[in-house]
Amino acid sequence: MSGTDHQGNGIPHLPSERLLIKGGRVVNDDLSQYADVYVEDGLIKQVGDNLEVPDDVRVLEVNGGLVIPGGIDVNTCLMKPHLGCPPVDDFYLGSRAALAGGTTMIIDHVTPQLGDSLLEAFERWQESADRKCCCDYSLHVDLPHWHQGVKDELEVLVQEKGINSFQVYMSYKDSFQMTDSQLYEVFSFLKELGAVVMLHAENGDLIAQEQSKVLSMGITGPEGHSLSHPEELEAEAVFRAITIGNRVNCPVYITKVMSKTAADTITQARRRGSVVFGEPITASLATDGSHYWSKNWAKAAAYVTSPPLSPDPTTPEHLHNLLACGDLQVVGSAHCAYSTSQKAIGKDDFTLIPEGTNGIEERMGFVWDKAVAVGKMDENQFVAVTSTNAAKIFNLYPRKGRIAVGSDADIVIWDPDRTKTITSKLQQSAVEYNIFEGLAYRGGPVVVVTQGRVVYEEGEGLRVQQGSGRFIPRQAFPDYVYQRIRTRNKVKGKQGVSRGMYDGPVYDVLATPQYITPSPSAKTSPTSHQPPPIRNLHQSNFSLSGAQFDDNIPRRSGQRIVAPPGGRSNITSLG
Amino acid sequence: MSGHSYQGKKNIPKITSDRLLVKGGRIVNDDQSFYADIYMEDGVIKQIGDNLIVPGGIKTVEANGKMVIPGGIDIHTHFQMPYRGTTTVDDFSQGSKAALAGGTTMIVDHVIPEPGNSLIEAFDQWRSWADEKTCCDYSLHVDITHWNDSVKQEVDTLLKEKGVNSFQVYMAYKDFYQMSNSELYEIFTFLGEMGGIVQVHAENGEIIAEEQARILEMGITGPEGHVLSRPEELEAEAVFRAITIASQTNCPLYVTRVMSKSAADIISQARKKGNVVFGEPITASLGTDGTHYWSKNWAKAASFVTSPPLSPDPTTPDYLNTLLASGDLNVTGSAHCTFSVAQKAIGKDDFTQIPEGVNGVEERMSLIWDKAVTTGKMDENMFVAVTSTNAAKILNLYPRKGRVAVGSDADLVIWDSDAVRTITAKTHNSAAEFNVFEGMELRGAPSVVICQGKLVLEDGNLHAISGVGRFIPCTPFPDFAYKRIKARKQLAVLRAVPRGMYDGPVSDFSPMSRGGTPSASARTSPTKQPVRNLHHSAFSLAGPPTTEDLPIRPAGRRIVIPPGGRSNITSLS
Repeated sequence: MSGTDHQGNGIPHLPSERLLIKGGRVVNDDLSQYADVYVEDGLIKQVGDNLEVPDDVRVLEVNGGLVIPGGIDVNTCLMKPHLGCPPVDDFYLGSRAALAGGTTMIIDHVTPQLGDSLLEAFERWQESADRKCCCDYSLHVDLPHWHQGVKDELEVLVQEKGINSFQVYMSYKDSFQMTDSQLYEVFSFLKELGAVVMLHAENGDLIAQEQSKVLSMGITGPEGHSLSHPEELEAEAVFRAITIGNRVNCPVYITKVMSKTAADTITQARRRGSVVFGEPITASLATDGSHYWSKNWAKAAAYVTSPPLSPDPTTPEHLHNLLACGDLQVVGSAHCAYSTSQKAIGKDDFTLIPEGTNGIEERMGFVWDKAVAVGKMDENQFVAVTSTNAAKIFNLYPRKGRIAVGSDADIVIWDPDRTKTITSKLQQSAVEYNIFEGLAYRGGPVVVVTQGRVVYEEGEGLRVQQGSGRFIPRQAFPDYVYQRIRTRNKVKGKQGVSRGMYDGPVYDVLATPQYITPSPSAKTSPTSHQPPPIRNLHQSNFSLSGAQFDDNIPRRSGQRIVAPPGGRSNITSLG
Repeated sequence: MSGHSYQGKKNIPKITSDRLLVKGGRIVNDDQSFYADIYMEDGVIKQIGDNLIVPGGIKTVEANGKMVIPGGIDIHTHFQMPYRGTTTVDDFSQGSKAALAGGTTMIVDHVIPEPGNSLIEAFDQWRSWADEKTCCDYSLHVDITHWNDSVKQEVDTLLKEKGVNSFQVYMAYKDFYQMSNSELYEIFTFLGEMGGIVQVHAENGEIIAEEQARILEMGITGPEGHVLSRPEELEAEAVFRAITIASQTNCPLYVTRVMSKSAADIISQARKKGNVVFGEPITASLGTDGTHYWSKNWAKAASFVTSPPLSPDPTTPDYLNTLLASGDLNVTGSAHCTFSVAQKAIGKDDFTQIPEGVNGVEERMSLIWDKAVTTGKMDENMFVAVTSTNAAKILNLYPRKGRVAVGSDADLVIWDSDAVRTITAKTHNSAAEFNVFEGMELRGAPSVVICQGKLVLEDGNLHAISGVGRFIPCTPFPDFAYKRIKARKQLAVLRAVPRGMYDGPVSDFSPMSRGGTPSASARTSPTKQPVRNLHHSAFSLAGPPTTEDLPIRPAGRRIVIPPGGRSNITSLS
């Protein structure tokens, strides 16, 4: 596997540190306990009291601080090009920012363009990340199109390359957008492979209509982005995606839950038993869409992302409530940072503004500040939504997302009282406008350990090595997602009713194709070329209806056959 | 309007003015009930009150304290509907007789033009069929089965000149009637401006097509395949989508055939959020369920085939009746569309070929009375609202129809709330061999039906006359739906933020690149031309643009500080 190959491909590996984290409270998603943690060779070797450890280990005295699994950011776009320009934060800058915020693993989106090979795109991403990334990473692959060749590539990606999650788009008309039929096929196919289907859920057809309407009204600034992407279009697409997921019995993962209505739709579907997961992002959890109306174009444009931030200022709080109660499961950042000059590509037309906001560094801090510090959420749930659930959904658990013997030594020592005010001057990201500029949050990492090495200490800053991140391959069929699906597959078989042949009269049908109850398109239906107009063998003994060939003209009701020859009883062949 | 000119055109003898007095009844409207006598003349109610002064020698009907309600309006029928070279077995005469026998004095039929054909021609065709045969007043909905500029013109004409204010679009029947989301958006926008009512057949056609293929592949070919391939969540999904589009375009929405609990719930939730949406359950969904699709008797199972299908959940009828009583669903139709067994048998080897439609025009009012009023879910006033008044309001025919009041049409029913009858195909007025309500015992039935001021049902005898039915033109902008829409239109104006020109640096980009944030399609975006920045020449940091499309670039290439310093990035503020 490429993940393991990587060790040998010439990148110097730092001597592994032996580390003892002493006197901390270890917080997992299920319980918190006071324990020491001993780390060696990048793995957690012992957890407990009075550990027997070698003498020459480095000891970190935590004094009762929280020791949590490093965060997993499930949604980053560090290489997603916009009209040929890559974002300003690449794997190096992006992963530095992640580590500075307490996130020790990222899952980036591979975004091939229309017509590109998925495998080639995947390899480009992997090559770049192997060279630059400072923390462990994995990759999602986005599907820009759908045809037979894509299926073969998907099989290779799932079975050989360690990819188990793929994103499809319901938005971006005439480009990435898939029709409902295609979604049905993609879902059916990926479910067989045991992959997680991720959706960018917005109704692209309606957005295209709204965009042209808004542009024709002379609105060209970033507020047009928000006006043309109203949140109901997000909710609609979420609803549709869940419906298709239910039909196919395929789990559905909604990326970027940005609005209350979309989140509520997910909540309701979970109440009805659908296997669906929702991912709010840093931006939707910490700020709102009122900034699209800023007089400062560059500031307004910095907020442009899809689905957009909701102008409803109560949105962040609502999303935090749902995270706390488990209706939403994971927090990503959707970090995709473009410089102001890149955003300015769309200065005369909001539809051309590159979409993406920052948030990789601020992600964990905001969840702590807005949910834990105010008592919505406890520390265990905090670990669940920032790390453990992501590891479970994407089949990394318990290697990632847990502090336990045998797990990777990705550990964060968290200070719940530290406060930080966000400003673009102090951030790791290269973006000029931080959308959280001026906001403050409580809670932040004091020490970050990744792969068993201390890479961040408060006061001393980051000590990372470019290219030290490993690709973590992921197996198909994550239990957290697929256990229920498997059981439902078994119990949900459909059966026909066994009846005798119908042997009554059959109306003779003109074979004008115009009139046919539409059957599925030839492309998808293996049965559509099956029975041409049905000819009934019993037809010859059916004389009452007489001249049927002029039946295309409206006829009076007397023409109907109330009692067929032989009497009514034989209409029903069996009892 | 055409409705009036008709009387003269066809030379149908105008029956000498019928004068009628209904005495001793309790008038039930949607707002109140009271005891009063009713005097009618020339098909119009002239006086209401006690001790009326009326001419001598007129016919008097004794109501004996029974309820006198406005005649029912069945807002959804398919009489004489062409289907693959045949027609439904109930034509306008047979169908409207069944309607009158059940207490319904007006029907609204759907005109279904074949895709590609003229809407107006189809409308004229339906008019001529109905004028010739209908025994009660009628109006027409027109279904929009394809969409282009000429259809738009025709819709405009139908709205303004032909007396049609409601148009149905289909979200199902892939590759046939089905409209794309973009088309729906355009239709909704257009009708929202013209004051029409958009009716939707809400089911996700694309997924149904996939499911049908899958079910057939599994070897299921009987009528149970119909319901298996059209699960109720596909109905709910389409309802949700239709509501979203209607809300975006600020257009009132009418969902025909609400068949399932989940679809009804979506409507109910949307109404709580303020959407202008109306739901129409039909007789079948209010009275029976989809368990019959598994009947061993093919012909019986096939007689239940309709789209969206009846829900296999047996608690559905009760639930829909409850929502009807609470006002979350507003009107009831029958979607009466009957095929003979031989016609249904077209699909004997493939459920996708079974003609779709169930009966219900005759049973509609009794069924609601039995399921909702006698059980105490609904009062008699609400009964009048959901069977008649609300439909009249949506069609903009209120108070001419849907109310017992001076000046209203004399379409009245004396309702016997204690009458009990058993539904069976042997005695029903439809020509269909099967009745989906077979064997049901229903309390509540009309004892007298007065249509156009004439007694058509009395003492169990039906005296309906074919061809007396008039076309009642409906006008656009019904207040019931449009008052709120109009007010919202005035508020919902989008405004741009006034800003100075952005005068900072602009990244160079390749407009031809396949990648990038996709913008609206060329067809719809007026500003599609690639944006070339005039300031571009002043921007030297980016280096030669020829290397731009390399996927990976060193991070150093980005422009953190543009020439001129950071401060001028923001031109104003």
